[in-house]
Amino acid sequence: MAKIQLNGKYISLKKNISISQLLKKYKLNEQKIAIELNREIISKQKYNKIILKDKDNVEIVYFIGGG
Amino acid sequence: MNKDIFKVANKKLKSRLIVGTGKYKNFKETADAIKSSGADMVTVAVRRVNILDKKKPVLMDYLNPKKYLYLPNTAGCFNSKEALRTLRLAREIGGWKLVKLEVLGDKKTLYPNMEETVKSTKILVKEGFKVLVYCTDDPLYAKKLEDIGASAIMPLASPIGSGLGIQNKINISIIIKQSKVPVIVDAGIGTPSDATIAMEMGCEAVLVNSAIANAKKPILMAKAFKNAVISGREGFLAGRMKKSLLGNPSSPIDGLI
Repeated sequence: MAKIQLNGKYISLKKNISISQLLKKYKLNEQKIAIELNREIISKQKYNKIILKDKDNVEIVYFIGGG
Repeated sequence: MNKDIFKVANKKLKSRLIVGTGKYKNFKETADAIKSSGADMVTVAVRRVNILDKKKPVLMDYLNPKKYLYLPNTAGCFNSKEALRTLRLAREIGGWKLVKLEVLGDKKTLYPNMEETVKSTKILVKEGFKVLVYCTDDPLYAKKLEDIGASAIMPLASPIGSGLGIQNKINISIIIKQSKVPVIVDAGIGTPSDATIAMEMGCEAVLVNSAIANAKKPILMAKAFKNAVISGREGFLAGRMKKSLLGNPSSPIDGLI
């Protein structure tokens, strides 16, 4: 089990999952988002290779309306 | 007029009106207003995904990024570090290199912090970004931004979201005259006539958000801005008449009865 921080909120993951699996869990399309893991930008090719660990800090962003 | 294409950072655009996508009632209204504006470039902001609501609609579902050129901004960033982080993430979403940099210096006026803006521009240019830079209407800073590689200079007409129109026409004119990269008036445009004035002065484009989104009828206002920008541009290309202190009859004097 891993406890991670996702967009500022603490969440518990039942098992160690990859970034791709995390996106699936939240129904997010990787073509529409970008991810920072512990303040480092992760390229899309690495999403299925990186397994989230305890205390990881994940930020997922997308585009919203803005001027 | 067909040959009058707006070029910025190697992109060719049909419209000289760039519109923001903020402050609309919902995504449907955003999409309708943007369609009505005729704009082909739209600004967007980068924010955290709402992880609590998996069904929340996404801007990209309403505004196809293949149809509209997204211009990610750094709205809400108050220093270089935040702005760089935001734009690097924006690039990662889908390879966007064309970005709008805006580093704010004050929460009340939303005036840009030019020291941090210059610092950020240098780094972004080095990293291969094409940077459109929101800035004060100070000709010296505008020149500096051009010298360090900004793809466009975007001086404010008046504070962001104020709707006060162009407050310093002299400075904007000096910036237009001295710049070799496009000058785009950004922020403070309140009415279609403000946009026309900017275009008549020789700006390459204008960026409008609040004036459309906060109108009583945003979709109609978007169309009004489309026409205003075309009108101003054509007026600029046509070249205005000379001003004269005294009257000059429009009908011939010869043959008066």
